[in-house]
Amino acid sequence: MNFEAVKAIYKFEMARTFRTSMQSIVSPVISTSLYFVVFGAAIGSRITEIEGVSYGAFIVPGLIMLMVLQQSVSNGSFGIYFPKFLGTIYELLSAPVSSFEIVVGYVGAAATKSLILGVLVLLTAGFFVPLRIDHPVWMLIFLVLTAITFSLVGFIIGVWAKGMEQLQTVPLLIITPLTFLGGTFYSLNVLPPLWQTISLFNPVVYLISGFRWSFYGIADVNVGISLAMTLAFLAICLAIVAWIFRTGYRLKA
Amino acid sequence: MQQPIISISNLSKTYASGFTALKSVDLEVMRGEILALLGPNGAGKTTLISIVTGIVNATTGTVTVDGHDIVKDYRAARSLIGLVPQELTTDAFETVWATVTHSRGLFGLKPDPAHIEKVLKDLALWDKKDNKILELSGGMKRRVMIAKALSHEPRILFLDEPTAGVDVELRKEMWALVRALRALGVTIILTTHYIAEAEEMADRIGIIDKGELRLVENKDELMRKLGSKQLRLELQEPIEVVPTGLDGHKLELSGDGTTLTYTYDAHGARTGISALLADLSRVGIRFKDLQTHQSSLEDIFVNLVRDGK
Repeated sequence: MNFEAVKAIYKFEMARTFRTSMQSIVSPVISTSLYFVVFGAAIGSRITEIEGVSYGAFIVPGLIMLMVLQQSVSNGSFGIYFPKFLGTIYELLSAPVSSFEIVVGYVGAAATKSLILGVLVLLTAGFFVPLRIDHPVWMLIFLVLTAITFSLVGFIIGVWAKGMEQLQTVPLLIITPLTFLGGTFYSLNVLPPLWQTISLFNPVVYLISGFRWSFYGIADVNVGISLAMTLAFLAICLAIVAWIFRTGYRLKA
Repeated sequence: MQQPIISISNLSKTYASGFTALKSVDLEVMRGEILALLGPNGAGKTTLISIVTGIVNATTGTVTVDGHDIVKDYRAARSLIGLVPQELTTDAFETVWATVTHSRGLFGLKPDPAHIEKVLKDLALWDKKDNKILELSGGMKRRVMIAKALSHEPRILFLDEPTAGVDVELRKEMWALVRALRALGVTIILTTHYIAEAEEMADRIGIIDKGELRLVENKDELMRKLGSKQLRLELQEPIEVVPTGLDGHKLELSGDGTTLTYTYDAHGARTGISALLADLSRVGIRFKDLQTHQSSLEDIFVNLVRDGK
């Protein structure tokens, strides 16, 4: 195991994050917090409670997930796309590092950044809405698993993308709708039965449901199923990444 | 010098586009030598380097670096190698210090600020260490790339067109650097299409054309073997044809009839010069000047590549 290389990649990526901290930390926290202001303080009081939880508080787990998902995908994709785009990837390919170490470095850094953001947003939410966390350990587990899984998704997109456009449209066209339709703002129970069934094909539903359960003990799907689906999704991403490195797909001629 | 540090056998590469960049190349690079790979653009030089350094997968063939297979034992093989690619590809927003330190880490070595400092000083980059790379000139960026390659103390250094687009001064500095590295026992493989560079630097020269390694020779031997000398005679009065009395000498007459060129092997037992001069005076041709010319690597190269067409 080339620990120095993992450390080097991780530090390099984290330095990039902190160098651009306005863009990569401050702005996502502010834009997510706007939801709390609008839905928590302004409109939230006019919406009925959901299963005993005020609407403003109900959407907090979903919004944190929304941001962690988006940030993980964007961090994970930019981290590997940039060297590809600049050509500096030659160094990574010629270095004595295994694919596993490369992934740990890049995905680890991307996930770390999302986690920092997730915690910052959680703290910010506390100012606007009454928060309660019933299962803090499970909350952390879901947060970490989600950050890692979607940083992997980002990594895959970053390897696959041939241009900036692809890099940005996939998150916008796929990830954002999946999150909005994944129960960030509503409980699946309010949907007609057909849409409830369709929603179950959306992997984000399981993440948000499990995550919300760790806050308030309420869930759309059983928490065990949530965890299993999250792990399954992680396994699928890992398999794709393994395939990318075995074949050299879009990395090596 | 006699022990190969890199052994390449039956190496070929066909890209997904169907383009065959290398055709069954065999090559041994000796420990501690400077090998120059010479060839026109698109000959396969960069592909060869890219395969050895792990950037491109080979279609067939094997490569070992100091006994380590580059695929099965890639860690050991790659640890020994530093690569300076042809394109100026650097980060933009990182500082010189950060990017060079990063490279050392990638190669699995513990941080060593003293070594990085030495490398940056050797490359006249020390006063730029805290500058962002995008603030540097092209020549400095190239030096940063060399610094990155040297950051992990490689035993083998690949320089792909190190002096392309580099001014004369920097080129001389690079040559000095390459010599200094060789003095430390580093094996150096450089590609170039500046023949003067190969002639100046290399111990051995390989010529690649259309994906085939046409020859690999000790530079001096190559020059001796293929190098012929020419004797040029400027005539006092132009002549229209070479007189029949001089048929045996295979002379070439210039278009304007004022110069006769005689090509001979400088290392042959008999150059034939005295016989030629005697014959010239016998047929009454007088000349006002004579000069000899040693064919350069450039002539040899052009001949080889032209013959291949």
